[in-house]
Amino acid sequence: MNSGEYKVDKVVDARGSHCPGPLMELIKAIKSIEVGQVVAVYSTDSGSKTDIPLWVKKAGHELIGVYDRGGYTEFIVKKTH
Amino acid sequence: MPKKVVIVGGGTGGTITANVLARKVSREADIILVSDVSQHIYQPGYLYRALGEIIDESKIIREERKLLDRRVKLFIDEAVKIDIQNRVVSLMSGKQLEYDYLVISTGSRIVPEEVSGYEASYHFYSLEGARKLHEALERFKGGVVAVGVGGIPYKCPPAPAEFCCLLDYYFTRRGIRDRVEIHYLSPLPRTFPHEAVAEAITEMMERKGIHWHPMFNIESIDPEKKIVNSLEGESIRFDLLVMVPPHKGAEVVERSSIGVDGGWIPVDKHTLQYKDYDEVYAIGDATNLPVSKSGAAAHFEGKMVADRISSEIMGHEPRATYDGKVLCFCDAGFKKAIYMSFNYENPPKKPRFSYMWYLGKQIVNRFYWSLILKGYV
Repeated sequence: MNSGEYKVDKVVDARGSHCPGPLMELIKAIKSIEVGQVVAVYSTDSGSKTDIPLWVKKAGHELIGVYDRGGYTEFIVKKTH
Repeated sequence: MPKKVVIVGGGTGGTITANVLARKVSREADIILVSDVSQHIYQPGYLYRALGEIIDESKIIREERKLLDRRVKLFIDEAVKIDIQNRVVSLMSGKQLEYDYLVISTGSRIVPEEVSGYEASYHFYSLEGARKLHEALERFKGGVVAVGVGGIPYKCPPAPAEFCCLLDYYFTRRGIRDRVEIHYLSPLPRTFPHEAVAEAITEMMERKGIHWHPMFNIESIDPEKKIVNSLEGESIRFDLLVMVPPHKGAEVVERSSIGVDGGWIPVDKHTLQYKDYDEVYAIGDATNLPVSKSGAAAHFEGKMVADRISSEIMGHEPRATYDGKVLCFCDAGFKKAIYMSFNYENPPKKPRFSYMWYLGKQIVNRFYWSLILKGYV
């Protein structure tokens, strides 16, 4: 599975962001897209691997995938409501 | 013919850019700054105004003209349209400013009305908001104070956590701390975006008996029942609610169709140039960069952009770039604070609360007007 199988509607490049950080960038992006759309977040922050899946689960959206891109991680999230 | 540099916005970033350019290229260029207000407010002062540590507002307000190098032309006027194709900025008065270089430093604006029930909340993101919050705090005799975030992005990410710590100090000094529950509604799973800093802030909050709730992004408020609801599906009852309001980019940015997702200007993260328009820069809160919306970011970005523009005017290749540098202080009350510094490549380290950093914050407050805005540091 790779993100190429999904139509990504929005890409958020949060590499190098320590404050506000990739999760805040994701929350901002989720608010700006329509239900059913997909956002990809690039992160170099080690905490993202824990906190992005945690928030996506709690907020009730769908984590489609987490991919190691060599130097950064890509998270693919679908807005479900 | 001298080159024309137009800077739109007289906040921290715009003022620094203008002053640095005036020192470097005032003979070779006309430097024009447009601000829709004649006064410049030191925004970190809002928090202290709300807590009553600042009552004399003249300490945080100056006339913009007095802060600018005399070689900078100041127009107190509102930019209503930026025409990137034709290199013209239109002002409310009808004046049209043509430019060779444009710096957009229009900042952000608060839109609390985007949260349903917002009228039941207070904030410290404007002078008026800080005054009202101060009055509400002075009337408060006890109960639950909740502090949360109504929209992302917002200015100064540590501010709500910092405010909780300062509320602990405030209520302690009033002698009613035992009658107040302070609840921090964190938009993240931690108390701060970066893990190392979050560890220090969480320890401090636990020592102070501040309750914190992970992943609580305010979606709506029920003013009748005094309940705040999160977009993650939780609810908390409050007696006094302090909500960081949602922010948007300036209206002129939206009107000129140069912003994305709420009016933030997309720029190159290193050169701060707008798309393919090498002569157009955006700095500070106005951008969509993944750095904190803060005076510190605007400060470093403004100096960098002034360097690039002056190099070009002098016929040199612009080499200066922005490395994502931000620094900030976070005041925990009782004369203790932490200091953080980081950039795109280097995350912050776990900070220690100390009196030294509290003094550091006081020094920055003091030298903001004389050294920082002039671009000397």
